[in-house]
Amino acid sequence: MNEITIGHYLTLGAIIFTIGVIGVFLNRKNVIIILMSIELILLAVNINLVSFSVYLESLVGQIFTMFILTVAAAEASVGLAIIVVYYKNKGSINVEQINSLKG
Amino acid sequence: MLSHSLFFYFFSSITVFSAFMVIFSRNTVYSVFFLILVFVSVSILFIMIGAEFLGMIMLIVYVGAVAVLFLFVVMMLNITDQLTKNISRKGFVNNISVGTIVGLIILLEILIAISGWKYQGNFVALSDLNFSNNVTNTHAIGNVLYTNYIHLFQIAGIILLVAMIGAITLTFTKRENIKRQSYFKQIEREKSTSISLEEVESNKGINLDE
Repeated sequence: MNEITIGHYLTLGAIIFTIGVIGVFLNRKNVIIILMSIELILLAVNINLVSFSVYLESLVGQIFTMFILTVAAAEASVGLAIIVVYYKNKGSINVEQINSLKG
Repeated sequence: MLSHSLFFYFFSSITVFSAFMVIFSRNTVYSVFFLILVFVSVSILFIMIGAEFLGMIMLIVYVGAVAVLFLFVVMMLNITDQLTKNISRKGFVNNISVGTIVGLIILLEILIAISGWKYQGNFVALSDLNFSNNVTNTHAIGNVLYTNYIHLFQIAGIILLVAMIGAITLTFTKRENIKRQSYFKQIEREKSTSISLEEVESNKGINLDE
């Protein structure tokens, strides 16, 4: 229970990043979980940037976190639109059944 | 400082637990709710270390927009049906070894990189973007964002516009046999073509449909 340093925040970011990567690998249910795992990975990056910004007393990290937020929102909206279109065409977004490009 | 540690451990444990539950819960709707919990607790952590503007933006953008978008899509696509129909744990069992090994390797690498690094104060050139003591976090971000980073800010706006147009064109379907508003006809209408004065004789009436 000693003082909270930047290392604690970086470790939290590392753990969340790893959980996101494991989620991308392990998930066999549907694509939405994979999108959520990608959101978790971006969140870990944001934690790193903000903690370094506070540690170095420089605002650049927080500015870039805002741009990462923007890109994450755009990515989520376009990804969900693609999922909706795929579901309309195929009737399923199960990861195992998405293999039309397999050849 | 003790309260800071207590709050940090409390909220970070909530974050890690909910991140696990995002991946491992069987119901996708629960996953979305746990994702919301992750974002709420991380935004509280941000507010704790002094980045309060980003914490609030996190709440608004993620909890208010992205997570609700996820929730809409999950509820629209009727995934729970599909889950009970063909649930297979075969792929899960096949992939759990590889996935766990890859994840643990990445975690160890990141932890080694974190713990072995000597933090240097002058790692980045701290030009004029330093924290100032007499302005708030929001004020400082606004000062920098609209001056030094104006081009990146506008490019971010264009990215959002492209994402919006892309999402609309992807999901837009034009349906036939439906009555639509015809804007050009509406705007083209003029007084001379739509209003006319007719003399009506008494007890005779007039036929207007000619």
